[in-house]
Amino acid sequence: MQLRNSPRRFGAVHATLHWLVALAVFGLFGLGYYMVDLGYYDELYRLAPHIHRSVGILLLITVLLRLVWRLADTRPSALGSHSPAEILSARVVHGVLYLLLFTAMFSGYLISTADGSAIRVFNWFEVPSVTGRIKGMEDIAGDVHYWATWGLVVLASLHGLAAIKHHFVDRDDTLRRMLPVALKGRG
Amino acid sequence: MKKTLLASAMTLALAGPAIASEHSGTYAFDTEGAHQFITFEVSHLGFSTLYGRFNDFDGEIVFDAENPENSKVNVTIDTSSVDSNHAERDKHLRSEDFLFVDEYPEATFRSTRVEVDDDGEEADVTGELTLRGVTREVTLEVELQGHGEDPWGGYRMGFDAETEIRLKDFGIPMDLGPASETVKLEISVEGIRQ
Repeated sequence: MQLRNSPRRFGAVHATLHWLVALAVFGLFGLGYYMVDLGYYDELYRLAPHIHRSVGILLLITVLLRLVWRLADTRPSALGSHSPAEILSARVVHGVLYLLLFTAMFSGYLISTADGSAIRVFNWFEVPSVTGRIKGMEDIAGDVHYWATWGLVVLASLHGLAAIKHHFVDRDDTLRRMLPVALKGRG
Repeated sequence: MKKTLLASAMTLALAGPAIASEHSGTYAFDTEGAHQFITFEVSHLGFSTLYGRFNDFDGEIVFDAENPENSKVNVTIDTSSVDSNHAERDKHLRSEDFLFVDEYPEATFRSTRVEVDDDGEEADVTGELTLRGVTREVTLEVELQGHGEDPWGGYRMGFDAETEIRLKDFGIPMDLGPASETVKLEISVEGIRQ
């Protein structure tokens, strides 16, 4: 698998960034879902949110890198077997996924920084608050975070199901070209 | 000179009873000037004390100087205004684990009985505290801090009060540990006579 994209497939850099984002999104969702119900005396009561915030910031950096790479690298063209409707709906879903990703990440950031405090990323570095203290912002940001993350995992699941459908039903290269495996057809 | 003194004495004698009850009336909390605080204190694991505040609340004191036992106080607290100087904690305090403010946006206190001590400076004010949908009787230990004319033409009266409540009594489900089962409420309010 080459590093850069080609017109036919995604390269190692883009594919790695893609799967890292997927792993982080579902991992963060699961962790977030789990950690809000932890009891005060649970060992993870403080650690789980710390990991959630830290990974969240690392995800933001990863997604920004991915966008830069996306702009800099070749864009694989759509598979010839895909209908215009499929191509359009895939584009829309990809766009909305990015939108939900950023909404989820920024709202999460705004919860923790609503009192002006910084986010510590694994004790490696700090991301300061940009808004300073804003009364009640944590509640609005919290609602946005809740719905954006639910929307994100639902849409990302649909996105994954669509790829699986292309792989097993249409038997095309949609999923293959995001994986380190040989392509089947000409694309 | 003598006449003046006599006149003064007479004025005083006549005005006496009026002065005694001059501070009777209805006092609205000075929400605008924020001369009112509801602070809560809860132990953190038994190691330190966490202080928090309810920033938005309003109330009224009906003060009867002749019969202080007839005095009344009503307070309504906006539970979402809870403020412990930490956004994530405040968000948690507003959640179902604690105040559940979406379901119970208000907490109220309505006095039902006022027992004033002999010097008239302190009182036990019993009333119904409704918090997180649970109503229970609590008694506030109240101290009259002072009253009189303010520099801007109004008449003010201020009280300090405190009480202690158990989180479990009000159905607050979060278990903060054995050192943190009760919360002390410290209240300081100033009323402006209407």
